Amino acid sequence: MTDYNFAYLDEQTKRMIRRAILKGLAIPGYQVPFASREMPMPYGWGTGGVQVSAAVLTPEDTFKVIDQGADDTTNAVSIRSFFERTAQVATTTATAEATVIQTRHRIPEAALTEGQILVYQVPIPEPLRFLEPRESETRKMHELEEYGLMHVKLYEDIARHGHIATSYAYPVKVEARYVMDPSPIPKFDNPKLGHMAAIQLFGAGREQRIYALPPYTQVVSLDFEDHPFEASKADHPCGMCGANDSYLDEVIIDDAGGRMFVCSDTDHCEARQAQGHRGKDAA
Amino acid sequence: MQADILSGGFADPAIQSAHAFRSVMEAMARPGTVHDIHGATPPAPLSPAAGAVLLTLCDTDTPVHLAGDADCDAVRSWLAFHTGAPITGPAQCMFAVGTWEALGPLAAYPVGRSDYPDRSATLIVECTELQAEGATLTGPGIKDTAALSLPEVAAFQANSALFPLGLDFIFASGSRLAALPRTTQVT
Repeated sequence: MTDYNFAYLDEQTKRMIRRAILKGLAIPGYQVPFASREMPMPYGWGTGGVQVSAAVLTPEDTFKVIDQGADDTTNAVSIRSFFERTAQVATTTATAEATVIQTRHRIPEAALTEGQILVYQVPIPEPLRFLEPRESETRKMHELEEYGLMHVKLYEDIARHGHIATSYAYPVKVEARYVMDPSPIPKFDNPKLGHMAAIQLFGAGREQRIYALPPYTQVVSLDFEDHPFEASKADHPCGMCGANDSYLDEVIIDDAGGRMFVCSDTDHCEARQAQGHRGKDAA
Repeated sequence: MQADILSGGFADPAIQSAHAFRSVMEAMARPGTVHDIHGATPPAPLSPAAGAVLLTLCDTDTPVHLAGDADCDAVRSWLAFHTGAPITGPAQCMFAVGTWEALGPLAAYPVGRSDYPDRSATLIVECTELQAEGATLTGPGIKDTAALSLPEVAAFQANSALFPLGLDFIFASGSRLAALPRTTQVT
């Protein structure tokens, strides 16, 4: 499609986003405001991630999009075809072959490498937003490193449920300074955020924020000494590939309460099945 | 004269600036790594790398400070034609370009505010050579340690002590560049 500029956005917009990405990398975990544009998709469908991807893509890149780990859901398919049409990039579903991976709510199971960039779609970038609705106040809290309220929230989890019940969008502290929302990834993925070889970029379109984690950055999930952080997952093997170490989706399969657990990362699951691994529900 | 000003920009801005930005981003994300950057032939004394960074990141929204010899008619006209960036003093700039000696003192540049640490200047330092050896670097983006030929050490130590405020640096030499964000500890 030659009617559009390369990667859809105009050059001035890309320069603005690129400047925000660089400041984000220089101040890990800090949310850089940017002038988010309207994109040809609704808010909540990854407009922030799409703008970040548009600003970093080159024609030589191989692009992968996952939605909750899956390459074949509506959001992933439509964003992949959007960049096939507007940036003429090659696309793939194989994690290892991709140079830029846009993700909604998961980190791939396969360890990412130095040549890769992981772009997150973020709905609410402010980890303190549900505790304090005023932007003026949350900005002040980040400024003063005043994160006591977040610990109170986690403590109230323990008081009410006996353990920290936050299971996704679990808050992290970056380089012992900024508390950051890792986007709604399951807390199973939190340990992968720190010391990752790939560059991690976060884009929130509606909220107009970009933030970043350079490679090999220290990222610590908030916890207490007597209630340490625990990366949890459903206590089952994958029904299709038998993996014991991957994050699982629970799928209802009939009207009688039957259910199965399958890898949320479809590429990981398919690759394992191709190697001959079989779970108990595999056909 | 006029022809010099009009030439030397990106021939294919969308594609070339995408490649140039990836070099800048990789450099900023991995302090101490040296990357090639191509596409710009700015007038002297700007290096091709510094020119490409300016073309990739600057426009009418970004005040630029030209320090020392970089503040000449040829560079001013070239920058005005290709980017439209306003030329300002160091106190108002978002980007500054010049040699290390010409850029100082660093106290003149905005380091951001504690509520908006991103409102800080990025300094493009023209270097005669750029090697992955010299001062030792640690911090985000660096697996164990990295090394980079820096013009001095004390200024970068003082800058990183300001974190989360501070300046960010891009070092340009010929068609190669490296970067040093405020998070990097220099010894």
